[in-house]
Amino acid sequence: MALLLEQLLNGVQFGVMLFLLAAGLTLVFGIMGIINLAHGSLYMIGAFAAAWVAAQTGSVLLALLGGLAAAAVVGMAVEYVVLRRLYARDHLDQVLATFGLILFFNQGMTILFGRQPLFVDLPEFLSGAVEVLPGVPYPVYRLLIIAVGLLVAFGLWLLIQKTRIGMLVRAGATHREMVRALGVDIRLLYTLVFGLGALLAGLAGVMAGPVYSVNVGMGEQILILTFVVVVIGGLGSIRGAMYGALLVGIVDTLLRAYAPGLLRVVMDASQADMLGAGLASMGVYLLMALVLLLRPRGLFPAHA
Amino acid sequence: MNAPITRRGVLAAGTALAAASLGTPAFAQGSPLRIGVITTLSGPGGYLGADARDALLLAAEMADGRLGGVPVRFVVEDDALRPALGKQIAERLIRNERIRLFTGVIFSNVLGAVAPDVLDGNGVYVSCNAGPSNFAGRECHRNYFVISWQNDNLHESAGALANIMAYRRVFILAPNYQAGRDALAGFRRLFQGTVTNEVYTRLDQTDYAAEMAQIRAARPDAVYHFHPGGLGIAFIRQYAQAGLLGTIPQVLPAPSMSTVTLAAVGDAAEGVNLSAHWNADFDNQPSRRFVAAFRQRYNRVPTIYAQQAFDTALAIGAALRGAGGTVDNTEAFRTAMLRADFQSTRGNFRFGPNQHPIQDWFAVKIERVGGQLTHVTKRRILESHADAHAGQCRI
Repeated sequence: MALLLEQLLNGVQFGVMLFLLAAGLTLVFGIMGIINLAHGSLYMIGAFAAAWVAAQTGSVLLALLGGLAAAAVVGMAVEYVVLRRLYARDHLDQVLATFGLILFFNQGMTILFGRQPLFVDLPEFLSGAVEVLPGVPYPVYRLLIIAVGLLVAFGLWLLIQKTRIGMLVRAGATHREMVRALGVDIRLLYTLVFGLGALLAGLAGVMAGPVYSVNVGMGEQILILTFVVVVIGGLGSIRGAMYGALLVGIVDTLLRAYAPGLLRVVMDASQADMLGAGLASMGVYLLMALVLLLRPRGLFPAHA
Repeated sequence: MNAPITRRGVLAAGTALAAASLGTPAFAQGSPLRIGVITTLSGPGGYLGADARDALLLAAEMADGRLGGVPVRFVVEDDALRPALGKQIAERLIRNERIRLFTGVIFSNVLGAVAPDVLDGNGVYVSCNAGPSNFAGRECHRNYFVISWQNDNLHESAGALANIMAYRRVFILAPNYQAGRDALAGFRRLFQGTVTNEVYTRLDQTDYAAEMAQIRAARPDAVYHFHPGGLGIAFIRQYAQAGLLGTIPQVLPAPSMSTVTLAAVGDAAEGVNLSAHWNADFDNQPSRRFVAAFRQRYNRVPTIYAQQAFDTALAIGAALRGAGGTVDNTEAFRTAMLRADFQSTRGNFRFGPNQHPIQDWFAVKIERVGGQLTHVTKRRILESHADAHAGQCRI
């Protein structure tokens, strides 16, 4: 029972991480209609910038600010320089251009930092484990990730449902031309939204640093699952991204933890381990196929 | 709109970057022998390929651009750990560039796609890292040589080390691909205790929280895992964060804790036990010379990936010298290669009947020497150890 609880926490933590990435991706797609493959690069930039600042100054706060600022600034610059020319174009052009950006950023990071992974130390007060229940120790840092992720989700909900900017964002998503006709500077709005998406990706990168390894190409690894989340949740829907991310995180974690064990009941151990590992890595894609079969536009389609 | 100009500018910048990153060495002689190096330079495994490439270039540099007295030029390409891309590169280098001699592949799944194309085109492949079991047994080939080790050997030696450390119950993990499966099979081959759990992770996995919880629940005497490159860094750091470091010791094959992993993992690595075929503190003349040259040229300690590639360059040099400086006559090249007429940095080295190494294996421990964590060689675990698949090979 304690083990199941721990695995559920692991699933939620992984889901929250995916949510931070998926939120930006789905926001940008829903509002600007851009498929941004380079979203993972912003995650990488956030992680590298935070690792670098942490190594230079030794300050957690500065590292956090540095990572967020780098991702947001690079994000807005990319929007201004590259994506702005692509809004009216075909999705294929967007995919090509943003794929080019991936190559550009990966090579750039290689030149700046080299190919060797960077090391980010956890501050002392975050490195231990606490007992969430008697007999279930859980790393403090992972609890912090969960807390930050849920806080960001709440903040995004407030921003989009309760503020003027949020209203413009919602309006821009459904009636782009009308918003422009009313005299709103839609270009500025797009840059801001893209910056916000980049900021969230950067936040995910900063938090990933101490747990995962910070290296060139780290963005592409997680980007595929992020796309699965966005598709399951429904393109353009923040709420969908939240539920999709938690679903993918929990399903993936539980399958990895329990599929081999359950299969061992019906077949011999080494076969069960192999098949279980295969099932676990297919699991989220099967889930995506299932969701698309039942609800072709995802769980919470944005323009329903 | 100024889009076309921008695009041209970007293209030019991209070309400049590509040219800058390759850094092809130039030679005075006309048409040196070209050697194809298909290796992993990007992604979490990127530094492995970079180390292999740097060591190959160093070996040639130390002999004025020659291997075995023959002027050579390395054509380096990045496979990005994608077998399909590796295969494409191999086809291009074979057909368009007419290259006959290849090395460099780090990952066994990429090798599985690259080697058959090279060998079918009557080329020669000399492996500086991956040594998958299938190519060591039934599918062995006259023009396929492995200088590093057969994959299983790394893990058999770790199993033998676990016996020596008197661990009875061990939890084992590896990524679900050819080398990962070879790893777990290899560990079981010599390990005499019980395996409590056998877990396959994903090759693109970053989060190991689920595995950590399983390890804690199983309470084994030790954990054995094979996670090369960035995978290992993430795994060992999360192992420490999960609080397992103080309670359950690890016994690892060398690739799971290279000098780069060690630098990234930090204090969490102290006291970890490894099995390896070579270590930077080896006290023989070729090894001392290599380590000193590598440190001077690149300002870092070479990993085993660098050492293996360096030995590969020496082996290729020896074979070229014996074959008249070409690979046109593959039989002559083979005869010369199998003599292994070079000073290996690991000391004892010869080829078995399946053209894979027969060599010694050592216990290595991560210890603090002068305030710095470093790999310290302890004792010999296995002597003149061959692989289990040689019997199935009919050449």
